[in-house]
Amino acid sequence: MAVFEPEAELATLDTEEFGGEVVGRSPWALAGRRLVRNKLAIAAVIVFVLIVAVSFAAPLYASHIAHTNPFESNLSGTFQQNGKTVQVIQQGAGKLGLGETPVGPTWHAKYLLGADNQGRDVSARVLYGGRASLEIGIGSAVLASLLAVVFGLIAGFFGGWTDAFLSRLMDLIWAFPVYLLAISLATVLLTAPNGLRIGFVHLSASSLWVPLTIIGVIYVPYVFRPIRGQVLSLREREFVEAAIAQGASNARLIFSEILPNVASTVVVLLPLMIATTILTESALSYLSIGVQPPNASWGTVIQDGQGLLYTRPWVAIAPGIMIVLTVLALNVLGDGLRDALDPRSKLRMKG
Amino acid sequence: MSSQNGGPLLEAEHVFKYFPIKRGILIQREVAQVHAVDDVSLEVRRGETLGLVGESGCGKSTLGRCFVRLFPLTDGRIVFDGQDISKLSRRGMRPLRRELQIVFQDPYASLNPRKRVGSIVGAPLAIHGIGDRRERKRQVQELLEKVGLSPEHYNRFPHEFSGGQRQRIGVARALALRPKLVIADEPVSALDVSIQAQVINLLADLQEDFELTYVFIAHDLGVVRHVSDRIAVMYLGKIVELSPAEELYERPIMPYTEALLSAVPIPDPRESAGRERIVLEGDVPSPINPPSGCRFHPRCRYATEICSQLEPPLVDYGNGHLAACHHPLNVDKETLARATVDDRRTPAEADEAAKPTEPAQRAR
Repeated sequence: MAVFEPEAELATLDTEEFGGEVVGRSPWALAGRRLVRNKLAIAAVIVFVLIVAVSFAAPLYASHIAHTNPFESNLSGTFQQNGKTVQVIQQGAGKLGLGETPVGPTWHAKYLLGADNQGRDVSARVLYGGRASLEIGIGSAVLASLLAVVFGLIAGFFGGWTDAFLSRLMDLIWAFPVYLLAISLATVLLTAPNGLRIGFVHLSASSLWVPLTIIGVIYVPYVFRPIRGQVLSLREREFVEAAIAQGASNARLIFSEILPNVASTVVVLLPLMIATTILTESALSYLSIGVQPPNASWGTVIQDGQGLLYTRPWVAIAPGIMIVLTVLALNVLGDGLRDALDPRSKLRMKG
Repeated sequence: MSSQNGGPLLEAEHVFKYFPIKRGILIQREVAQVHAVDDVSLEVRRGETLGLVGESGCGKSTLGRCFVRLFPLTDGRIVFDGQDISKLSRRGMRPLRRELQIVFQDPYASLNPRKRVGSIVGAPLAIHGIGDRRERKRQVQELLEKVGLSPEHYNRFPHEFSGGQRQRIGVARALALRPKLVIADEPVSALDVSIQAQVINLLADLQEDFELTYVFIAHDLGVVRHVSDRIAVMYLGKIVELSPAEELYERPIMPYTEALLSAVPIPDPRESAGRERIVLEGDVPSPINPPSGCRFHPRCRYATEICSQLEPPLVDYGNGHLAACHHPLNVDKETLARATVDDRRTPAEADEAAKPTEPAQRAR
């Protein structure tokens, strides 16, 4: 961990001597510098960016490297390995020769991690699954944060009945166990025969927007709480009073005085929220109520691998490793951001 | 100093500010009230500096905030420059904000840490739609120079400045609109002594340049003596003494003022050792349930029975020296006979009978 260096904070008020316009270092720039010094956080950023890049390159991998369509079953297919023709689904690979077993990891371009019981390339499916998981995870975390910031600003700033109403609404969502609420919402939305119609928006049951919205809405209270609390305390700060004394409008108070001070909280919470939403998405998809087949997500691939756990464990292990890496990287990044944006909290922990 | 328009610049008439204390989870009911400002009347004359002193929690900051309408009054009237501002809405207050500004106590809390100095000082100009971007920048840089900062500081952030420099930024912000009246709410109490002098001198210089009127709130009588023309002493939400500055220091009438003055450090150790120091016993009583009669009586060494029964009215002892006390100090029999109850600044129910007739006998 980087050590907190107070010297770095000290104003260099004598820079005027060098002439020219002096531009102060913003709190964001200072935080950025502290973050860059935090090697662990930077490693986490690199890992996360790599995972995102690889996942979003899934179509390229499928068409140019693995030469397969990971959404089509390939039960009777064959492929060439070391000059031999190998069947994708083999008869009884176990000692007793019973049942059918998909091909195991070849550690070559084709069927790198083997096939699942539909004969589909697991490595390609993990990458496609990563794309879906990340899209849903990031999308729902952003959605939750946006809604939470809007509600939090309104509730914290106006207080009174507005605050009471919004806070009770959030409590209502919070009162449900996350997965139970998600499961019930998903069952309703996914069983609608022609998908969901809200005005002009038409969602088919297989659309990624369904799990994205469900997860996004469920996690609003988790971001709303800290933001509302912060707005409540910011509202009483003297610089807000000063702005009132100057005749500032409510909009100006909210957007110009309070919002910039809340932004850092959102920045810290966002990666932690993404980690949580990715986990939730995987869990829902594992239970068949998130991403719908033939689409893949890390959760669905784990579900596919469940039945092959003894014979072909890599089918379940590969997406598992991806989830662990992603969530770990995001949590480390979130911690690093918190340390960078609020160095005092770190001193407090050490002291 | 000057009185172009006649009349005081700001007049407070029977100002009350009670803060409700609420209990309850869903339905909040009021269980008590904090009597922060309790029937205060005073006027601020054009061009003067009115010092407002008292212990912490006596309501002086609340009164200052009432003057700039940071919250609505519970009762009473505040007339600024001939206009009653006590009933104005926030929108209605807006044009008056240009003439009525406040400098806050804590230079760390009063500047938004996420905004650049230029946009902090320029905010009042932007809010009131003065000039375009370039014009505002020019004005802000001029202001920064006026308060002793460099125009190059325009793009810096508050965290890059020291406490004294930050307070200068706060002063620049208050002066951006060229106000007539500035409420300085303990502007130096958060600063080092050496910096205090700088900021006070700055405020004095600016008073001349901008023809400002100040209400200078402080708990430090030494600082107030240096800057004020007149001084009002507050205790538990009430004005207990109001006097020209030198007169107050030489001839305090209210025992509370006497006690406050005896606590001001004297730089000469021999003189300091020689004088009597009055240590007030007990804490300030709760403003939720203030004592009956004279609010100072539980801690007053001259208190007699009448003090706990009858609230003393503000009595005018001549030379603009007013005090509310049944046992006035430093007053001879003749002055006492000439003294009159000041109707404008006293609660309506106070009557002539409450006027003191006996000068205080030295206790102990």
